[in-house]
Amino acid sequence: MNVTHSILIIAVGCIVTAITRFLPFLIFRKGAKTPAIIEYLGKVLPFAIMGMLVVYCLKDVTLLSAPYGIPELLGCAAVALLHIWKRNTLLSIGGGTVLYMILVQLVF
Amino acid sequence: MKKKAFLAAFRDTLPVMTGYLFLGIGFGILMYEKGYGALWSFAMAAFMYAGSAQYLTVSLLTGGASLISTALSVLFINARHLFYGITMLESYRDAGSKKPYLIFALTDETYSLVTQNTPPEGMSKLSYCFLVSVLDHIYWVVGCTLGGLLGKALPISFEGIEFVLTALFVTIFTEQWLSTKEHRPALIGVGATVLCLLVFGKDIFLIPSMALIALILTISRKTGRRKTA
Repeated sequence: MNVTHSILIIAVGCIVTAITRFLPFLIFRKGAKTPAIIEYLGKVLPFAIMGMLVVYCLKDVTLLSAPYGIPELLGCAAVALLHIWKRNTLLSIGGGTVLYMILVQLVF
Repeated sequence: MKKKAFLAAFRDTLPVMTGYLFLGIGFGILMYEKGYGALWSFAMAAFMYAGSAQYLTVSLLTGGASLISTALSVLFINARHLFYGITMLESYRDAGSKKPYLIFALTDETYSLVTQNTPPEGMSKLSYCFLVSVLDHIYWVVGCTLGGLLGKALPISFEGIEFVLTALFVTIFTEQWLSTKEHRPALIGVGATVLCLLVFGKDIFLIPSMALIALILTISRKTGRRKTA
């Protein structure tokens, strides 16, 4: 572990995260009307971004060699089904994660 | 501040408390497994305070990423904050000295609480937002730090704990899917990202994915309007 480089990476992460949160307040300071396209994107982007993040998390899955992405597939399916069934965020996250951990540690 | 109002606001944050402790502990343990102890997790929770970006940063740390690619990846994963800010412009306009902290602490979960809930009787909207922001931040810091400490103490293997992040996003994706009949944005998000992953490879696909998503959404809005016109 390179301590200086690690601290720099974290510092950059902190600064950029803060920028993403402060920027709208800096751009739209005084009563200016938010452009319609920004309002529209603000409404629909969260849905698209969540799909993007799911794919992002699964980017390292190997489909063509063992275990063929089976733990990830079962884990995600468990999360989605638990959520459709009970709609309890913590149950869905916890249940799917425990199943996945069991699969990668004991089965595959 | 009235005790009753405080307790009512505290009750609103209970789901976030459980979630943040759970995900925070997962983060602290993951950091510990990669060689970064509780102090690292504490600092990141206190000063970055962003779930998905913190998890992303773990892979940037272990992969020895450059500062530019760190900035770009964090920017693109957190670009969604721009839109939270846009919705809170009015509410936080007159927050005075509390305003910088309210903006700093505007996570996905805090955003959903302060936009969905009305403050309890005897508490102003701004006090409520501030209280929720502080409480959520405390849960996250405690969770992350605890995970870093537990990582040392627990003899169980935590291989696979990183799946909590995937599970979080799948859960939100499912929740969003159930809450609307308009599935186009969700499908565009998945489709464009898979396409860019195949075309650009797994190291740089996130940035073209964001661009493609914004482009398709903008175009589909225009064609949608033309159809209805």
